Amino acid sequence: MFKYLPHTSEDIKEMLETIGVSSIDELFKEIPNDLMDPSFDVPKSHSELELRRRMNELANKNLALIPFVGAGAYDHYTPSVIRHLIERQEFLTAYTPYQPEISQGTLQYIFEYQSIVAELTQMDVSNASMYDGATATAEAMFMATAARKKQIVLVSKTMNPNIINVLKTYTRYRELEIVFIDEKEGQTDLEDLSSKISKEVAGVILQTPNYYGIIEDFSSVKKRIEEAKSLFILNQDLASLSILQTPGSMGVDIAVGEAQTLGLPLSYGGPYIGYLATTSKLMRKMPGRICGVTTDTEGKRAYVLTLQAREQHIRREKANSNICSNQSLLALAVTVYTAVMGKEGVKEAQMNSYKATHYLAEQINKLDTFELVYDADFFKDVLFKTTLNEEIVEEALLKEGILGPLQLSKFDSSKKGQLLFSATEKRTKQEIDHLVQVLEAL
Amino acid sequence: MYYSKTIFELGRKGRKGYSLPNEDYGQYELPTHLQRTESLDLPEVSELEAVRHYTNVSFKNFGIEKGFYPLGSCTMKYNPKINQDMSAIEGFHIHPYQSVKASQGLLELYYETQRILSELSGLDEFTLNPYAGAHGELIGLMIMKKYHQDRNDHKRTKVIVPDSAHGTNPASASVAGFESVEVKSNFDGTVNVEDLKKVLGDDIAGIMMTNPNTLGIFEKDICEIAKLVHDAGGLLYYDGANLNPLLGQVRPGDMGFDIMHINVHKTFSTPHGGGGPGAGPVGVKKYLSEYLPVPRVKKVEDQYTLELDNDTTIGQISHFYGNIGVIVKTYSFLLSVGKEYFKDISKFSTLNANYIKESLKEYYELPIKGICKHEFVFDGLKDKSTHVTTLDVAKRLLDYDVHPPTIYFPLIFKESLMIEPVESESKQTIDNFIEIMKKVALEAKETPELVKNAPYTTVVKRLDEAEAARNPKVKYKDIQHD
Repeated sequence: MFKYLPHTSEDIKEMLETIGVSSIDELFKEIPNDLMDPSFDVPKSHSELELRRRMNELANKNLALIPFVGAGAYDHYTPSVIRHLIERQEFLTAYTPYQPEISQGTLQYIFEYQSIVAELTQMDVSNASMYDGATATAEAMFMATAARKKQIVLVSKTMNPNIINVLKTYTRYRELEIVFIDEKEGQTDLEDLSSKISKEVAGVILQTPNYYGIIEDFSSVKKRIEEAKSLFILNQDLASLSILQTPGSMGVDIAVGEAQTLGLPLSYGGPYIGYLATTSKLMRKMPGRICGVTTDTEGKRAYVLTLQAREQHIRREKANSNICSNQSLLALAVTVYTAVMGKEGVKEAQMNSYKATHYLAEQINKLDTFELVYDADFFKDVLFKTTLNEEIVEEALLKEGILGPLQLSKFDSSKKGQLLFSATEKRTKQEIDHLVQVLEAL
Repeated sequence: MYYSKTIFELGRKGRKGYSLPNEDYGQYELPTHLQRTESLDLPEVSELEAVRHYTNVSFKNFGIEKGFYPLGSCTMKYNPKINQDMSAIEGFHIHPYQSVKASQGLLELYYETQRILSELSGLDEFTLNPYAGAHGELIGLMIMKKYHQDRNDHKRTKVIVPDSAHGTNPASASVAGFESVEVKSNFDGTVNVEDLKKVLGDDIAGIMMTNPNTLGIFEKDICEIAKLVHDAGGLLYYDGANLNPLLGQVRPGDMGFDIMHINVHKTFSTPHGGGGPGAGPVGVKKYLSEYLPVPRVKKVEDQYTLELDNDTTIGQISHFYGNIGVIVKTYSFLLSVGKEYFKDISKFSTLNANYIKESLKEYYELPIKGICKHEFVFDGLKDKSTHVTTLDVAKRLLDYDVHPPTIYFPLIFKESLMIEPVESESKQTIDNFIEIMKKVALEAKETPELVKNAPYTTVVKRLDEAEAARNPKVKYKDIQHD
């Protein structure tokens, strides 16, 4: 007997009698013999104790380091209540809310999540979540090309290269074309944007804070995009919108990005959560699930998945997106985080991260071996160029239990010596000073 | 009492539910022109208010730990507690840019999970990066497309999808830039081989199938189908949604499938979370492995490495390495079950399904007689004289604390009621379900109005779904003044 399998021999016997066969194997008799019973080499069944041992052994092979890197994944604090609430079985083990009468819990938190995204972005409507910020950006691109029936999108070179890579993969199979907007001093070259935009362009995809951490000011680009009848897609860190310019205020048509920064642990890159919000005008072109309010037969407020005519299970081959499962439980985590941190706490965590990164930058800038690459205001990432050997920097920090900055040369060989540092509200001054001391000693 | 408040209707201005350190970094101010100008209307609640709110909200949900959840094609098995504990181990929560040598444990876990999935499926190599089943389908089809393109075979623009397929299949084909071609099923939902022959040609990139199909019937002609498709130059894609009844007994790779995805949130017990996060690992035969998405986890001698790019890959499909936290739970489940018990998952899920089918076929219309695998479909009530529909039956089941089966899918039947009982359910639970189903059938005959107006015991009654779509209210500010 095995703990997840309750069948006793008596059970089996009685059930086979009802079915009218003499053995379980008979239930598989239509399967061609030569396909049956393959040999396979997998580990033996582990008891709980053995499993714990094995998992702890694996976990201990990962070094516990203090991260001074962000570049798309930020080490923010996760309040304890989040895990306790999202692991309630009612939330954790439920399927997609197809039976709304017994899924009001899931539906309500999706509604609250959508409300929070709409509030932070100042957009009209959010969907129930996307896989991550990069795939959310790809979905926004598909939305734009479908809505405008054009094949070209403009993408700024200041975007995170991982997001660009995902966009490239997604375009390759749909015969869409990406045209890149050059960068100038670490920011999107708006003149280049103006020269490349035309009536053939479905959408313009920009990011702020950008890959280098620089807060780009896009408050004046809408006009140029609108004149070309193109759509403005902006990728932003959702938590940053508590203190930075909102997509709503900049006339963005589709707001997307990563919401990991609202309380999700680093988890080696996932599960995180992408958000996608848009205007009422484009609502019916949105991918993914949307929850709406309605009433039941007794007039009580109730929630339901709505506008499903857009979705893959109804439209089948006519669908513009195939997303079904998304990152629902993370939408709950983001919602609980925003609720407990509240109006002030969300801002404070972001503002403290801004300050921590600036303090860090100021200290590093004092070193002879480091200089700031760009002279522009930054948020939670800051880019330095060093005269030191990058590998030696990494090793020296590792010895002190520190995860050093991202070496941009890993993704672009022309960026040798460029190091992207990051700090959040979790980094103490003491930790930052220690990092600087290690660098100073090199 | 019906709890109807949203978080936005709780709390009071100035209240706090958090604490952060007062670290004095110095005076740094955001430049005014870059600041948010709008007010920020977020909740202001104490920690207890938030905890109580979400606890009350949770009571409005039905989870696996509350009762039987025979939702067809969703494989709602027990989500073991130990797997939650394992995924919470501090050492698994590191930054994705931690160097390869500082993250050997997670890379080993990733590599080992790939390897076990390979052994169980008969596909040679896997990526665990895809975030969900549908994401896996898309990645699998990208691989199919690039394979043909790299051989300068540009005519292959169509993918065959049987009419019994999951709705996601044709949607994925479109998103990958293919045209889908439907083939008709036989009466039992299996692929009609003669019809298939008619559509096979040099414009076909491949076929998407699930086996057993969505009616729970094993495609016994699968080897012939594979040969026909391969001879025509196409590839076979396996939709892993129905993998559960094959574990340890039959492998998609041995049937001739070239590419597949696995829904770990179905077959390998990771929680559905109300709609994610899941994971949709994609496996391929050796000759397609060079197309798998990057980053790829590889083993070089005794070290695990991350390959960030190569010349042949379809590219990057996720920001980092997928839903690693979900993969930790998957690995934990795979180790718990182990070599000894995979076969039993297949056997007992199939036993349970056939037992329910045979016990209820006098009460519900069974269009396909004979043995099924892990799931099967009724076409509504046997006696339809009182006009009680499948929707009515589903709603009445809510009053008996059972999660209804999948309804109105597959599309082949008008009143589909798709039942998947999974291996972790005991005979007592199943007998109880059978009694409830019989009772509902009797009610439908004797007191049809009782069933048509169900449910009665749920926190809300039937909903006005049309109103929600006609007049979308999708955020709190849309209902604030209602």
